[in-house]
Amino acid sequence: MNPLYARRRRTSTVAMALCVAATAFGLAWLVLILATLFWNGLAGFSLDVFTQMTPPPNTSDGGLLNAIVGSLILTVLGIGVGAPIGLLAGTFMAEYGRYSKLTSLIRFINDILLSAPSIIIGLFVYGAIVVPMGGFSGLAGAIALAVIALPVVVRTTEDMLLLVPIQLREAAAALGMPRSHVIKRITWQAARTGLITGLLLAVARISGETAPLLFTALSNQFWSVDLLKTMANLPVTINNFINNPDPNWKRLAWSGALIITMAVLALNILARSLSAGRQSK
Amino acid sequence: MADFSVSDSSAAAADAARVRALASFKAGDRLFQGLTTLAAVTVLLVLGGIIISLSIGAWPAISAFGLDFLTTQRWAPNARPQAVLGGLGPIYGTLITSVIALIIAVPAGLGIAVFLTELCPQWLRRPIGVAVELLAGIPSIIYGIWGFFVLGPWLADTIEPAFVNAFEGVPILGSIFDGPASNLSLFNASLVLAIMILPFVTAISRDVFSTVPPVLKEAAYGLGCTKWEVVRRVVVPFTRVGVIGGIMLALGRALGETMAVTFVIGNSFRISGSIFAPGTTISAAIASEFAESRDLHQSALILLGLLLFVLTFFVLAAARLMLMRLERKQGV
Repeated sequence: MNPLYARRRRTSTVAMALCVAATAFGLAWLVLILATLFWNGLAGFSLDVFTQMTPPPNTSDGGLLNAIVGSLILTVLGIGVGAPIGLLAGTFMAEYGRYSKLTSLIRFINDILLSAPSIIIGLFVYGAIVVPMGGFSGLAGAIALAVIALPVVVRTTEDMLLLVPIQLREAAAALGMPRSHVIKRITWQAARTGLITGLLLAVARISGETAPLLFTALSNQFWSVDLLKTMANLPVTINNFINNPDPNWKRLAWSGALIITMAVLALNILARSLSAGRQSK
Repeated sequence: MADFSVSDSSAAAADAARVRALASFKAGDRLFQGLTTLAAVTVLLVLGGIIISLSIGAWPAISAFGLDFLTTQRWAPNARPQAVLGGLGPIYGTLITSVIALIIAVPAGLGIAVFLTELCPQWLRRPIGVAVELLAGIPSIIYGIWGFFVLGPWLADTIEPAFVNAFEGVPILGSIFDGPASNLSLFNASLVLAIMILPFVTAISRDVFSTVPPVLKEAAYGLGCTKWEVVRRVVVPFTRVGVIGGIMLALGRALGETMAVTFVIGNSFRISGSIFAPGTTISAAIASEFAESRDLHQSALILLGLLLFVLTFFVLAAARLMLMRLERKQGV
């Protein structure tokens, strides 16, 4: 064979082999991280994790009940505040202001907020809420999470509503439906799966967040559902327990890490399979 | 007569009901539009709130240190008579870890994107794509504890000593890869960051690679190009702007990543030439010191946060502008 052809083919083979190697490199990390989590997380796993409170140091039992409940409360509140605002904002961008300058500006700013460092959100909420209220509180933590969830919901809502065919809206308007009814009864319904996907992704995004909670909700060793006091939550509990020499705390931290990762990954996969089902239809 | 008057009045009643219904529809419409507009403006208010809140918090530090903050390395919150606080260490750490993370993640991410769009059998594309994207779903703190307990010790035992030995005595490179190897280091943080941003580079590159018109690739193959030549000479030039946009987006992520870095970087404000030495980043400094800080110290940390926000803002804005330009080009 012509040596030039041989060389070109060799270059191509090497380059493609490197691409395969890169894929293996990427997947290897996922496998390694999950393996470590299962290895350490399952080692100390028991039902007590879900039924007992976080223990004082140097004991041998206890669980993560208050942290799990606290995380659920914070996440639900964060979504409860962030998602409706995001849904309405996304609706404005796709329906009322589709061609306005304001929408372009909001989209641009929203995309930046989407990737803004979460610790900055924590600092913002600390300055805007924790300091005026005079102390760390679960409420501040929930608001920080809402600010993080907001851009995720805005983005997916706008994207999904833009996919709804314009003829649907025109047909509904021709029947005499007021515009707000067209949006609520027709457009939202048509885009329902996509909107739920966005919601799930937002939940997945905020349920693992640690940095913004460090100086808003802080954490709490005890059972507390008072929103105006510090509130226990999984990520900060993991953060506080993992570096402690107490083996029991460390065991609980690994169990918590496993729980939180599985929950987040399950949400991610659920969201993806929902959107895949829609595409194939 | 009576009949007429009855039907008249019922018609009038129906008219009135219709008018009322229309009016309530109109009011509902206006209310709903008002609500959505308000929600949309909230997004802008959040950004404004962040900038104002950080600026107010950072003001004492700005007036105390001025521009010296950017050039001072010393970080001594308890110094007498007045705290000496300089942001050079964390700023250096933030930039250097992000750059190293990009050096690792960009070739790997592009490689995966090429694999997914050119080589991979159709039925494997989705599973592998989802698996790589799941890397982005793993919470940051999980990367942190994994880097701390698993990756750090392994790097300090294997990769780091190998580099130290290989480059010993070589000028410049010798000091970049200077020992002693340490569990907590800038390099460890960079590698964790690289793994975390890999899915972003991959996802965007894959998306823009798939926008290349098949006819362009087919024409190149028809001329006898090899796979590599098609990627190198057709796909990459066609999608350059989008790929750079994706890289900038990943850079924005890397700059602000917090928990993962806090665990593995060692929190040392001293700048060391070696990437195997401990350091700190802006976000790690805030995460580890903010809760116990007060007065000027706290204000200096908020100032660091403001600098980080401005930095990521410009990087992300540049990324978005590039990606928007690409979308417009496609739209036409």
